[in-house]
Amino acid sequence: MSVDLSQFIPSFLEESFEGLELMESSLLDLEQGDDETINSIFRAAHSIKGGAGTFGFNSVTEFTHLVETLLDEMRDGRRKIAQDDVELLLDSLDCMRLLIESIRDEIECDTSKIIETSALLEKTLAADGVEVSEAITINSSDTVESKTDDTSTWQISFIPEHHLVQTGNDPLLLFNALADLGEVTLVACAKKLPALNELDAEEIHLSWNITLQSSANEDEIKEVFEWVEDECELIITKEALSNGDLSIAELLTEPPSLEESDPILSTATSKIDNPAKPTEKSTEKSSSKAKNDLGSIRVGVDKVDSLINLVGELVITQSMLSELGNDFDLSKVERLNSGLEQLLQNTKELQESVMRIRMLPISFAFNRFPRLVHDLSKKTGKDIELILKGEQTELDKTVMEQIGDPLVHLVRNAVDHGIESAEVRLANGKPKKGTIMLDAYHQGGSIIIEIKDDGGGIDREAVFNKALEKGLVDENTVLTDAQTFDLLFEPGFSTAKEVSDISGRGVGMDVVKKNIQSLGGRIQVISEPGKGSTFRVNLPLTLAILDGQLVQVGTETYIIPLITIVESLQPQKELINRVSGDMVLYRLREDNVPVIPIYQLFNIPSEFDNIEKSLLVVVEADGQKIGLMVDDLLAQQQVVIKSLNDNYQQVDGISGATILGDGSVAMILDVPGIITMALAQAQLNQKNRSTIKPKITQSISEGVNS
Amino acid sequence: MTKILVVDDSNSIRDMVSFTLKSAGYETVEAKDGQDGLNKAKATSIDLVISDVNMPIMDGITLCQELRKLPSFKFTPILMLTTESSGDMKMRGKAAGATGWLVKPFNPEKLLATIKRVVR
Repeated sequence: MSVDLSQFIPSFLEESFEGLELMESSLLDLEQGDDETINSIFRAAHSIKGGAGTFGFNSVTEFTHLVETLLDEMRDGRRKIAQDDVELLLDSLDCMRLLIESIRDEIECDTSKIIETSALLEKTLAADGVEVSEAITINSSDTVESKTDDTSTWQISFIPEHHLVQTGNDPLLLFNALADLGEVTLVACAKKLPALNELDAEEIHLSWNITLQSSANEDEIKEVFEWVEDECELIITKEALSNGDLSIAELLTEPPSLEESDPILSTATSKIDNPAKPTEKSTEKSSSKAKNDLGSIRVGVDKVDSLINLVGELVITQSMLSELGNDFDLSKVERLNSGLEQLLQNTKELQESVMRIRMLPISFAFNRFPRLVHDLSKKTGKDIELILKGEQTELDKTVMEQIGDPLVHLVRNAVDHGIESAEVRLANGKPKKGTIMLDAYHQGGSIIIEIKDDGGGIDREAVFNKALEKGLVDENTVLTDAQTFDLLFEPGFSTAKEVSDISGRGVGMDVVKKNIQSLGGRIQVISEPGKGSTFRVNLPLTLAILDGQLVQVGTETYIIPLITIVESLQPQKELINRVSGDMVLYRLREDNVPVIPIYQLFNIPSEFDNIEKSLLVVVEADGQKIGLMVDDLLAQQQVVIKSLNDNYQQVDGISGATILGDGSVAMILDVPGIITMALAQAQLNQKNRSTIKPKITQSISEGVNS
Repeated sequence: MTKILVVDDSNSIRDMVSFTLKSAGYETVEAKDGQDGLNKAKATSIDLVISDVNMPIMDGITLCQELRKLPSFKFTPILMLTTESSGDMKMRGKAAGATGWLVKPFNPEKLLATIKRVVR
């Protein structure tokens, strides 16, 4: 029978990646004589090798075998744990990851690194005189050998030791297995049976002479007795060929002539070829499945249980309400209200609970950093300690996946630009070893990730000079610290004196900021000269739900993300300034805030076109404030974000849409986008000195509502 | 029905062995390490044990030794599922009372064919 195991490939892959992570973090902690750690590393390698072999991922099996051999030598003390070996193992892990990723993504991987590393592994293994053992047999279909019709007669003498049955082996079952190979004739010999009073029922005293008519070869027969060969006397002899003049082996010695003439051989070869094909096919099929399945998450049972509990409560509330509805009269209004209250509570808890399912501890994003910092500190020659805090803080899976790269960039920067060299540190009276801390914690409805170093801090003057050079500021510009640090996120900005291959090409910080913004987050820089810098990333807990302020413009309802709102106010006449173009500025304490009328932005009719009668919602993004002019403020509520791209198309100034309680569609305003648009427009106006109305986009409301 | 205890710390290997056995009509009990296996073996009657060797908490060799101490496991077949094809490993298994061994990479057809040698 054939058993298709390809459905287990995704879980094998998932497990392998977990294994690799465990190996990596353990290797970094590895100390001499730490048996448990090295054992756990060995076990992880061992599992990966075993699984890969089963699915026929030979490249992984062969490579992991080398890694395992090296680990095995470390494990049983034949080899001291040297730093070089640890480095080699770390490189090997990268290779294993490459190989496994190439299986997952069904792509060819770059073999040059793998060949190089495996050569190094072999060299290391051979250097200490320990022989590299043969790679294990990969494909068990090897055992399918050319079977022909010619049968032989085998004489087998089987004399088991007395205790054979005590290891769970049973002669009868062995004979059954032999019978699968051909016709069996058994003769039992009871000569050695002891006297009845000496007989031990748990021992075996019989022996057998077996005649087997079979086409099987000696190895196949021996295999049946494989598990008992040390506990019995076994003699296998072959009688003369009963059929055919030549054995297939002899036939095979003259391949050229036989290829055309001998039909037996050609059938035999085709038999050999066949078993390989289905294996290939099933691997192909299953890896494509694997690709699709990797979008899964592992959820703790407690989370699912709490969900089931909540659904149970929801059902109770529902039955209570429907009973109430059966014969409703005014006397029951109070119960109806409490029922609805309960429903509200249930819905809220259920929502939170479902959200929790998508949440993963941030250690998933943090766990790559020990290795990264280890590698970087080796490369830069700086001694750096990495401290991870708040690893159990949970974060939405999508946010987690997208925050990884920006964090890597920030950590690289901290190592490269933040931490000073040991000499400079000592000269400044700091400990020789630099510290980088990654910290994650919840604050309100967001999660904060801090990357903090105790290095030299950001050189404000260098930043300013560089900005001057780039034409971003002029000599007379006075910048606050926050504004200065914001310059770091300008495209092409780098203050590194020398460009290193770790970071500092200036491509990156702007991308970091863009990535964080696309997640609805912010990044903030705090730096103290001589003491170090902190990059604080503020992210929403989830991308699926947003706390929004509903506002009215004409007949339309828009949603402004609550996190961007600074304040809402009724404009006072004396604080309104009109400047060139049609730009209106509003004096908000010491700031002049540009006013953007939403009706103009989207070209829709509004109730008030006069700022004095409207309301102003002051929003902030990227340290820039603007005032959005709206007709009225409505409720504040949580809204579920629906992508506009999926349902309609990308529209400037709109980040998404949602469906309100009454079933109508409302647009969610993209505040950073609107600010960018407004600033671009303001610059254009300044240049042209024109009086054209800032009609920024064409009307989208008709398009969406139709 | 024949009940088989499958002990392996790797979820995927355990799932695969179990799946293969179930598809051939055997009943399976799964355990994630030697200690877990021992507890489950004590709690229910088992006709065959298939165990990994390298496992945390309690390895397969120890599990085998412990099982052999139980009266109900005196004659129960115990197979070690291992990638280590070396003779040394086999000897250690045998010394601990193992019936035989199955060498990974594990092949479903081979597994089913070979366990016929030890279960009725």
